Amino acid sequence: MKTPNKKVKKELTIEQKINRRNFISFSAFAIFAAGAFEGWHWLYKSPNETAGITAEAHKPLRQALNKTELFFKRLVFNENHLVKTYPKEMATKRVRVNSDIGLEARKKFDPADWKLQVIKKGGEILQIPIEELRALPKTEIVYDFKCVEGWDQIQHWAGVKFSDFIKHYQLDDYAKMQYVGMETPDKGYYVGLDMPSAMHPQTLLAYEVNNKPVPLNHGAPLRLIVPVKYGIKNLKRIGTISFSNTRPRDYWAERGYDYYSGL
Amino acid sequence: MKVIKEKHSLAMRWCHWVNFPILTIMIWSGMLIYWANDIYSITIFGHTFVRFFPDWFYHTLGIPQRLAEGMAFHFLFMWFFTLNGIFYILYTIISGEWRELVPKRSSFKEAWLVLLHDLHIRKTAPPQNKYNAAQRIAYTAIIIMGIGSVITGLAIYKPVQFYYLTWLCGGYHLARILHFALTLGYVLFFVIHVVQVILAGWKNFSSVISGFEVVNEDPKPAIQTVNDDENAK
Repeated sequence: MKTPNKKVKKELTIEQKINRRNFISFSAFAIFAAGAFEGWHWLYKSPNETAGITAEAHKPLRQALNKTELFFKRLVFNENHLVKTYPKEMATKRVRVNSDIGLEARKKFDPADWKLQVIKKGGEILQIPIEELRALPKTEIVYDFKCVEGWDQIQHWAGVKFSDFIKHYQLDDYAKMQYVGMETPDKGYYVGLDMPSAMHPQTLLAYEVNNKPVPLNHGAPLRLIVPVKYGIKNLKRIGTISFSNTRPRDYWAERGYDYYSGL
Repeated sequence: MKVIKEKHSLAMRWCHWVNFPILTIMIWSGMLIYWANDIYSITIFGHTFVRFFPDWFYHTLGIPQRLAEGMAFHFLFMWFFTLNGIFYILYTIISGEWRELVPKRSSFKEAWLVLLHDLHIRKTAPPQNKYNAAQRIAYTAIIIMGIGSVITGLAIYKPVQFYYLTWLCGGYHLARILHFALTLGYVLFFVIHVVQVILAGWKNFSSVISGFEVVNEDPKPAIQTVNDDENAK
């Protein structure tokens, strides 16, 4: 049954149509713009994360960094991908020194007194002199070292493969854990690595650069070369190596950078 | 008589206005990152014409010492930039709107005539549909540039995982230069685009928000009654 009271809907005039559509679209646009601005303001002013293993990044941005890493890890990454290598002639003669954090010890550092310390379960510490590492199979790599700042340089490093090192010292059980932590002897610089990156076939405990012993400013006597990560993860002057299932502390992750910083 | 003429689809307007703030944030956060290794300049025969960027520029925009922050913003908003772009491209293909957008064989010749007309050198411009030949080239180029930014971006973001993209871009070093150059391209596009929009006037601008333009059509002769059905459409 028809409702008799209902007014017959008059068709809108062209002017009314124009006004109505303008009103709706411009209002929607204004609301969208205000929302976008508010959203941006919220994000830009969002507080930093609670300082822990990672720190100094806006909380939502840190979550995004971690989620993005997980996304790529699950869907795209293949940890067996090798870093591109180059002929030795292409390696730079002047290897760039970019930082000395962890190397500016108060008392003079003498590489002769140095021993690599591997922290095992129950507080047992494995002490390894550099001569022992030099006696292990040597691996060389010439690759494009990439700094998080944006520069890159083809460099020639040599040392013992981290995976060879694990095998030789029968640390295989430790390599089943999720992370490796490395620190300088003065604890001034420290990095955390996910195990696949540490066990990557191109990851070296390096003692030579351009066929010569690593100089002090490059981390004598032993430094980390992990080509699948940015330079910030390539710790100089390794003092201790430890293993864990939680993320070890990481110098730059505490300063707003991505924990993984992988390439 | 005034008539409503549909011009821009809702999807196109959405993508356009979503892209604008996202691209702004990407360029800004990109500069926070670039600052950490700001080595590019335009130097010809030993004379530096432009240095990217001078100190006053950095300080005016508050750019120095914010690399970590820049990376965090860049690697979040890259998702929105890419997804919005994918959505736009898919929409343009599926809806058939690409026909109004992609340059035709004649567009490259015509674009020159459009340019001469815009510079007031020529009186007439070639006939056009929604976009003129120069617009077709510019609006298609900006999409290709967007794809280029994503590819060069991934090539420098994960050069080991996406080694094939890095190879495609001619290596890590060149990929970073291309990524930067594309950004300069956006800025150039933006300047020309805004000048053109101002010159085209309010009616044109408002159609990118409302979707339609009001045009005056000659009233139809009243005597014509034969094709009533046709007229009703």
